[in-house]
Amino acid sequence: MLDATIEVNGLRKRFGPTVALDGMTFTVHPGQVTGFVGPNGAGKSTTMRVILGLDAADEGAALVSGRPYQTLHRPLTHVGSLLDAAALQPSRSARNHLLWLAHSQGLGARRVDAVIEQAGLQSAARRKAGGYSLGMRQRLGIAAALLGDPPVLMMDEPFNGMDPEGIIWMRGFLRSLATQGRTVLVSSHLMSELQDMADHLVIVGRGKVIADTSTRELLAAASGDRVMVRTSSAPEATAVLARAGAIVAADSDGALTVSGLAAEKVVSLLGAKAVPFSEVSAHHATLEQAYLELTRDAAQYRAADAAASPPGPSGPAGHGGTPASGPSAASGQEAAR
Amino acid sequence: MTAMLTRPGDAVRADRDSFRRLLHAEWTKFRTVRGWVIGTIAGGLLIIAVNLIPGGQCGGMQANGQPSLGGPGCALTLGPAGQAVTDSFYFVHQPMGPAGSITVRVTSLTGSYPPGNSPGQPAASALQPWSKAGIIIKASTRPGSAYAAMMVTGSHGVRMQWDYTQDTPGLGGAVSQTTPRWLRLTRAGDTVTGYDSADGARWARIGVATLPRLPATVQAGLFAASPGSSSVTSQSATGSSGSGASAQATAAFDRVDLRRMPPGSRWRGTSIGAVPNPGNQSPGGGYRQSGGTLTVTGSGDIAPSLPGGDGGTAGSVAGTEVGTFAGLIAVLVVATMFITAEFRRGLIRVTLTASPRRSRVLAAKAIVLGAVTFLVGLPAAYIALLTGERKEQAGGISMYPVPVLTELRLIVGTAALLAVAAVLALGIGAAIRRGAAAVTAVIAVIVLPYFFAGPLAVLPAGAAEWLLRLTPAAGFSIQQAYPRYFQLGFSYTPGNGYFPLAPWAGFAVLCLWAALALGLAGYLLRRRDA
Repeated sequence: MLDATIEVNGLRKRFGPTVALDGMTFTVHPGQVTGFVGPNGAGKSTTMRVILGLDAADEGAALVSGRPYQTLHRPLTHVGSLLDAAALQPSRSARNHLLWLAHSQGLGARRVDAVIEQAGLQSAARRKAGGYSLGMRQRLGIAAALLGDPPVLMMDEPFNGMDPEGIIWMRGFLRSLATQGRTVLVSSHLMSELQDMADHLVIVGRGKVIADTSTRELLAAASGDRVMVRTSSAPEATAVLARAGAIVAADSDGALTVSGLAAEKVVSLLGAKAVPFSEVSAHHATLEQAYLELTRDAAQYRAADAAASPPGPSGPAGHGGTPASGPSAASGQEAAR
Repeated sequence: MTAMLTRPGDAVRADRDSFRRLLHAEWTKFRTVRGWVIGTIAGGLLIIAVNLIPGGQCGGMQANGQPSLGGPGCALTLGPAGQAVTDSFYFVHQPMGPAGSITVRVTSLTGSYPPGNSPGQPAASALQPWSKAGIIIKASTRPGSAYAAMMVTGSHGVRMQWDYTQDTPGLGGAVSQTTPRWLRLTRAGDTVTGYDSADGARWARIGVATLPRLPATVQAGLFAASPGSSSVTSQSATGSSGSGASAQATAAFDRVDLRRMPPGSRWRGTSIGAVPNPGNQSPGGGYRQSGGTLTVTGSGDIAPSLPGGDGGTAGSVAGTEVGTFAGLIAVLVVATMFITAEFRRGLIRVTLTASPRRSRVLAAKAIVLGAVTFLVGLPAAYIALLTGERKEQAGGISMYPVPVLTELRLIVGTAALLAVAAVLALGIGAAIRRGAAAVTAVIAVIVLPYFFAGPLAVLPAGAAEWLLRLTPAAGFSIQQAYPRYFQLGFSYTPGNGYFPLAPWAGFAVLCLWAALALGLAGYLLRRRDA
C-alpha cells in the first residue's frame, strides 16, 4: 500500500495570457490538516482541479498516493474531494445525489446513509438539493467526499457560506479526519478560518508556493521572542530593560514590546528596580498577522526580484532577515523529500 | 486499496466492472430527476395522444385521384396476398377450364372522359400513362380475386401483370393500327404464361405467373381500365392537393382466338368492382362486337391501392405513428438536458472525479439514455398503432393492411428512432454544453427537416427529399409502411409517407449522425478542461 499523500510537482498552466500556475510544488502528508492558503486567484482551485485530473497542466505532474488520479480504480475510495458545493442537480434529492455517486464506486445505499449521518444531514436528506442553503450544500459536499472512506481528502473553500456554528463543526470534523490518519488538504483565502485547525500550511500566491511550513513554526517565527509589558512608568521600564540588553518599542496604546528578553527575566528586572507594571505577557501573533507579514515580504521580494528572477519553484527561499525566513525557505526541500 | 493488476484478465474484468458501475450510476442519475422521467414518459404519451384527436370519416378521393366508391379505405378490396388493391375494370369474359389459352391482337388504345365528368381538358389527354387494356385470366369476377393479364398501356408499352403487385415489361412503344400488339395468355393449372408479339408470328415469353389455388374454372377474356387523371397542383400545410377526374380507356381487339373453352360459352360483359353509388357512373364501360372486332371501354384500375393519395394519412398504418415527432421533441429535450445540466451546474466535475475516463462516461450516458428511450418508445409505438387503428375504424375507415413484419418494423423502428435520436441529442449537448442552444440545434437538425419535408410539406419535393436523405431526419424513413409500385401512378412524396431512402438505409443515416456527434463530443470532452 502506498503512502496516502498528495504530491504536486512543478505545475504550470496558463489560461490565455493569464498564468494560473507557475511552478506549483508541494507535498501533503497524512495525519494532519494542511491548509492551502492564498489570495483569490493564487491558483488554489486550479491546482486542485489538476490534482483531480479535471484540468490538464501544461507542465508538471500531480500524484495521489503516488499515482496520477486518472489511473485510480474507484477513485472516490482513494480521494474524497469537494470543489464546488453548488455542483448539484437542483431537482435531485441530496440522498439521491449521494446514491449515484455511491453506485459509481460500487457502494450501496447503506454507505450513503452513513455519510448523511456523519455530515448531519439526516433530516434534510430527502429534500431537493436545490433548496439547500450554501452551508447545507457544504455539508452535502463533505458527505460526498467521505462516501468512499478515502485516505485523502481535499476541500476547496469548505467554509464558504457556513454560519459560525457550521464553521466550528467543520473545523472539528476536519481535525478528527486528520486524527484518524487521513491526509486532509483544505484551501481557504482567509487565514483566520484555518486558525486552530491547520497543522501545516502551504501558502501560495500568483501560482506558486510562498511558504510551506508547519503552523507552529510560522506562528513562532511571526511572534519572535517578544514580550508585551503594560506599565504606568514607561520611561523607567524602558531604561531598565534596555540596560539589560533588550530592544524596547512603544506601542500606540501605551504598551511596550520587548525583544531579546524572556518574560520571566522582564518580571524579575522590573521587580528588582520597583518599576510598577500591570501586565507582562508573551506576545502571540495570529495566523492572520503571520500571513500578512509573509505575503508582504513576498510582495517585496517579487518586486525586488522582477529583474533577476531565481529559477525554481521554491518561492522566496533564502530571503533572510524577516521573521518568516526560516519556514519559508523550506518549501523546495519539502516537496523534494 | 490499490489492487495490483498483473494479469490481463484482471484488467479486463476490472474494466468491465467499472463500466457496469458507471452504467448503474448514470441510470440512478436519470431516474432520480423527476422531470426527466416525466419528460420521457410524456414523450411516449405524446406519440399516442395524437391518435386521440378524432379522425376523419370515410369519403373523398381515392389514391389514384378517382372519386371513389365510398371513399378511401371505407371498404377496402383485398388482393390474394391480403394487401389493399384496386380492382375495377370492364371485363368481357367467358369461362375457361384448367388448361387453355387466349390470343388477341390490339390495334388501338384511346382515352376519353366519361360524359358529365370532364375536367375541361382536351379529350386527347384522357389517355393516362397507366390506362390499360388487354387479356386477363381471373379466378372469378369477385374484386380482389387472383389474376394474370397481358396488356397494352398508355405510355408504358406492353406489360404482363398478375396479382396486383407483379409487373413485367414486354414490347415497348405505343399501340396503333400500324404497330398492333399481339398478346397471349396460356393457362396450365395454377400457372399462367404471358407472351407478346409484334406480328403474330414471332412470340416472346414475358413472364410466368403462379396463381396458387386457382379454381378449375376461371374467367378469361378482354378488359379495359383507366385510372383517373391526377396531377399534384400544390403542396400545402395539409399535404399535397391534386385535381383529378375519372377517365376511361377504349381498346379495339381483333383476331381473338380462344382455345379449349367449355362448349357453348359466349361473351359476357361485367363491370368489375362497380359499387352502386348514385351520381357516379364509373367504372362504367361496355363492349361492342362488330365483325371480328371487339371494342371494350372501361375505367378503374387493376393495381395495388395505397393510402393517403389526397395528402392525408387515412387508413395508413404509418399514420398511426405520426405523433412520433411530438414525442421526439420531449425525448430530445430530456436527452440534451441529461448532459447539459451537468455542465451548467459544474456537476460534470463531480461526475469526472468519480469516473475519470471521460469517453466512458459519455458511452454510459448514451447507453442509459438509448435504453430508457427505447423501452418507453416500444410500448408507446405499439399503443399508438392500436389506438390509431381504432380511431380510423371509428370513422369507418379500414386500415390498409401491411405484413406483420412491417408492423413490427414500424413499432421497433419508432422506438429505435427515439433512442438513436436521443443519443444524437446527447452528443450535440455534450459538444455545445449549453442547454438552450443544444436543444435548439437538436430540434433543428432532427425534427424540423422531417416536419417541413413531411407532414407540413412546405418545401419543394426535391428539397424535401434531399433533407430526408442527408439530415438526421432520414431516420423517419423507418416509418415508411407501404412500398412504391412502378405500375401505380402515385404521389410518392414525404407528405404521403414516402421517403427517398429505404427504411433501414434512412435509419442508418441517423445512426451515422449519432455516432459522429458522440465521437465529436467524446473528443471535446477529453480535450477540454472540465
